[in-house]
Amino acid sequence: MTRLSWFNVTSLTLGFAFLYLPMVILIIYSFNASQLVTVWAGFSTRWYGELLQNEAFLDAAWVTIKVAVLSSTIATVLGTMAAYVLVRAGRFLGRTLFSGMIYAPLVMPEVITGLSLLLLFIGIGLDRGVLTIVLAHTTFSMCYVSVVVSSRLMSFDRSLEEAALDLGCSGFDAFRLVTLPIIAPAVISGWLLAFTLSLDDLVIASFAAGPSATTLPIKIFSAVRLGVSPEINALSTIMIGIVTVGVISASLISKHRTLRQRQEEQAAARAA
Amino acid sequence: MQRVILIAIPYAWLLALFLIPFVIVFKISLSDIALAIPPYTPTLDDGVGPFFRALDFENFAFLMSDDLYWKAYLSSLRIAVISTLLTLLVGYPVAYAMARAPEEWRATLMMLVILPFWTSFLIRVYAWMGILSQEGFLNQFLLWTGVIGEPLTILNTTTAVYIGIVYTYVPFMILPIYAALDRLDGSLIEAAEDLGCSRLQAFWLVTVPLSKNGIIAGSFLVFIPALGEFVIPSLLGGSGTLMIGKVLWEEFFNNRDWPVASAVAVILLLLLIVPIILFQRNQQRQAEAEG
Repeated sequence: MTRLSWFNVTSLTLGFAFLYLPMVILIIYSFNASQLVTVWAGFSTRWYGELLQNEAFLDAAWVTIKVAVLSSTIATVLGTMAAYVLVRAGRFLGRTLFSGMIYAPLVMPEVITGLSLLLLFIGIGLDRGVLTIVLAHTTFSMCYVSVVVSSRLMSFDRSLEEAALDLGCSGFDAFRLVTLPIIAPAVISGWLLAFTLSLDDLVIASFAAGPSATTLPIKIFSAVRLGVSPEINALSTIMIGIVTVGVISASLISKHRTLRQRQEEQAAARAA
Repeated sequence: MQRVILIAIPYAWLLALFLIPFVIVFKISLSDIALAIPPYTPTLDDGVGPFFRALDFENFAFLMSDDLYWKAYLSSLRIAVISTLLTLLVGYPVAYAMARAPEEWRATLMMLVILPFWTSFLIRVYAWMGILSQEGFLNQFLLWTGVIGEPLTILNTTTAVYIGIVYTYVPFMILPIYAALDRLDGSLIEAAEDLGCSRLQAFWLVTVPLSKNGIIAGSFLVFIPALGEFVIPSLLGGSGTLMIGKVLWEEFFNNRDWPVASAVAVILLLLLIVPIILFQRNQQRQAEAEG
């Protein structure tokens, strides 16, 4: 079908308006000069200036980025290992429990995950701070990574790995030289997913964070509980901007890469 | 040897940071509150025998007897069910229109649905606070058009919670339904129309049953997180909106009653096990049907 009926056009328009209007309104009001968030008093970048002077927010942003980089990197390593175990290791003792522990965190309510981790940290006497948030984030995001990576591992041709092993590679070399390059796109998207999950998380971080470390979502949450504030609007706009640029450029890069690959294949076909 | 290490590292990590914490929650749910650090009793320092003797189901009995918890569980269930239905109503037409859109639009439309996923959940909920408040954007707009004479109270009500849940989870509904509709063979609908179905009948008798798997998957993906939701009811809901995630949070942080908070968590988990198992079954059946 090439032409959309009026009904479909309406649902697309309304659907996407519903998804995007709230964010558009938020962005527009972040440039409002007035302290009163609902009264428009002219264009101004005042709140961005105040935001940049707000030490507490900058500190929290720094903690958040540190936690996200650390936890997503560890989660990618552990999650890739877990995916490899699930798809390639065959049967072993406790396999059902293992796959259960991979899938359960995906559907677990955050309040329960957060509560249980906090009780563990207190039980073993670990001081709450950056380390405990990293441990908590790594645990749930490694499960997301392993789901992303294992779907890629399942779909690729195993004979390539077997050929490498036949030709004298050790198991680890076969993984490093053959498997890893093939699953690399999934590993990278797993890392990105883990990174955004960590940036975004409020509930688990609130349980795992101590007084010594506050992440940006915790800071935002305690500020917006009291109501809408123009500074938070400015901060939100910056975050939305970064995400939009990131996602769009990532998709453009991957599109470009597939195009180039196709061109190379065509060139190779012509040469042959 | 390599294989053992490969299995052992992620296994040990998950055991230590996922399974053992649950055992601790379960244990504390059987303990009593105490004025100590940590604020519950018994601990293993008391010795193994007394430790097990001191555990009991008192907290669960307390949850049964206090109707706050009953109400919170029931109202979470009700809110989760109703918002899942609302999400389906909003999401289905969008997924349907996406599947009918010209081929060259689809990648862009998909990206537009996925993009909000990457945006902070907290910010997306927060955006509605400015829209729904008394002097917010929606009220200003409605007053300006003359639809209403005086501002509506929407923020801090259950209605706002429904709006928040539908808004944040609608992509989870759109994507699986779109995937199901995208695979649907258009000639089946043509056949139904040739055989005398009206368009609406063809939709009900052919399209909807064939997108059933997408509807089921999407509904679970909305229902499961909605049931334990904390951020949406605490920012958009009012004091009248009882949801169990919020009760657990308050029990833990405000009342510092760890044993009762743990008991609430155990029951929430029990409530979730049935839909989670049903969801897994559905996914497995689908995978088998495709494989």
